Amino acid sequence: MDEEAESLENKGWGPQPAERGTCAGNAGEGMIFSYDLLINAIIAGVLLGGFYVAVTIGISIAFGILDIVNIAHVSFIILGAYIAYFLNVNYGLDPILVSILMLPVFYLLGTAVYQIYYLSFERRGQEALRGLAFFFGLMFVTEVGLILVFGVDYRYVQAAYVGPSLRIGVADFPFRMLIPCVLALVMFGILQLFLSKTYTGRAIMAVSQDALALKLMAVDPIRIKRIAFGISVATAAIAGALLIIIHPVEPAVGREYIGRIFAIAVLGGLGSLPGTVIGAMLLGIMESFTATFYGPSWAPAVSFGFLLLALAFRPQGILGR
Amino acid sequence: MRWPTFLAIALAVALAVAAVARFYGNEYYFIAAYVVLQYVVLATAWNILGGYAGYVNFGSAAFFAAGAYTTIAFHSVVSLPIPVLIVLGGIVSGVIGFIAGYLTLRLRGVFFAIATLALAVVLQTLIINWDHVGGSRGAYLLRAHEFPYIGSYMQYLFLMMLLLAVVAVSVARLIERSWLGFGLAAIRDDEAAAEASGVPTLRLKLIATTVSGAFMGMAGAPFPYMLGYVDPASAFNLAYAVNAIAMPMIGGTTTWVGPVIGAILLGTIQQVATVTISSAVNLLIVGLVLIGFVILAPNGIVGLFQQWFGKRRAR
Repeated sequence: MDEEAESLENKGWGPQPAERGTCAGNAGEGMIFSYDLLINAIIAGVLLGGFYVAVTIGISIAFGILDIVNIAHVSFIILGAYIAYFLNVNYGLDPILVSILMLPVFYLLGTAVYQIYYLSFERRGQEALRGLAFFFGLMFVTEVGLILVFGVDYRYVQAAYVGPSLRIGVADFPFRMLIPCVLALVMFGILQLFLSKTYTGRAIMAVSQDALALKLMAVDPIRIKRIAFGISVATAAIAGALLIIIHPVEPAVGREYIGRIFAIAVLGGLGSLPGTVIGAMLLGIMESFTATFYGPSWAPAVSFGFLLLALAFRPQGILGR
Repeated sequence: MRWPTFLAIALAVALAVAAVARFYGNEYYFIAAYVVLQYVVLATAWNILGGYAGYVNFGSAAFFAAGAYTTIAFHSVVSLPIPVLIVLGGIVSGVIGFIAGYLTLRLRGVFFAIATLALAVVLQTLIINWDHVGGSRGAYLLRAHEFPYIGSYMQYLFLMMLLLAVVAVSVARLIERSWLGFGLAAIRDDEAAAEASGVPTLRLKLIATTVSGAFMGMAGAPFPYMLGYVDPASAFNLAYAVNAIAMPMIGGTTTWVGPVIGAILLGTIQQVATVTISSAVNLLIVGLVLIGFVILAPNGIVGLFQQWFGKRRAR
């Protein structure tokens, strides 16, 4: 366990730090390809995929259901990560606890952003060009703001579960990956139940199909969209805390996630949360395999190449409407 | 004004700019002017697709870097003059634009926008893993101090960029006033209606993407000679992508003047802010100005002028 804690200190960051330990463990056997490596690559991929559910689910709601291309979502995630970092380092609060406390704050932030977006772009029918530029500007301003406040150093959090890992036979489950994966899936479950069972949730699903019909049933589509967008941004608080548990964060890290989350959202099928889970798992496993067998520096290219192919050949996604 | 007249006037303006720069003679002014002109080319190129057709390209940095790395890739093999490198960079970026466009332009505009974001990361990953061009370490490139008949090498680069800016703006204006520009404007206003009335939408969008990408590559081609060193982080800098969008948005996207005004204004402000405040703050300014303009003045500075002088055209 001490070894793992040490390796955490000096590791460079990559989306799959989990395999690094695995690779080192197998290095002694002198094999390029081994059964253990394969199993651990799959496990790491599934755990990573679970975490990707958390970062993507907000985009699935905003982009998939509401048709709002919120490319600033990643910067909300990074913001969440920095808030978790700040409260963790200064007050010793648990990052996950912080993220839960931050949910209402992020929800309000989301509703405020939606209000500006609605008044300035959606109402005027200008969301295509200027709305995109607005979110792009928002992303850029958040990133530069974080650089000005925190600098460009990598930051990380401390918690009891960051170091150790669970070993079952040859399989290695680092808690650092396992906890985010479980929490992300719990969050997915709650949101899926909310969207399919509650009145507001079903109104959110309806607003994506026919806003006029919703109006005729005396439901304000703008209010529903505002609530949904608030929820979408609130998920960024959780995703941010999970992100900084998994690997150290610097302000520009978000860029690597933009393509990734859109790849997952498109791949899984826009507007479908279960599709998002499938897409996230697929991408997680693919990235994990690439990182294990070709080297971590190739992982981003694989996921983005996959996005391009998905866009070119099956833009409606696996579980698309 | 017919286009040869316009080209002549643009060249005259360029000549005047060059003469003034020469008069001051400070090497720093050439570097600053080069950067501003580079943004004029980038913003104009972005606007050919983004402003005229309404398709947002977030990957300007990728096209720019593709031009810069074409120079690096050729530099270690054979020594070529800068104009040839500019053309080569333009071809490579144009081809990239064509392929990316062919794959994604049949979908709604937002998918193209997302694909360009992804394209930037894919290309950067390829470059990082490609040792021939220096990988993640970057590549050094030696340049001469002097250039015959002109003086310092920086002045030569500045003149090249000036010429490129004139060409880019002229082409943008030509496109804007031709059948191509009208077709693109029809796509921007209502793509389904345009398609229904016989506009070959996919073909026009592909032409616009290719031309736009090519000019971005051309803007990037002399970049390694300017710095003498290139690494993926500097060539793929997000600042290029942001500026390429912000400048036309601030200037006004529907005419060729908009990006030129935006680039000169914002480019100069950034040059001043980088020297006097800090480079992080000047990027913050760009982001805030972009947000402010898209919310408050959606038609940019050109739109504001049209409003003030009472001849505001219905978009």
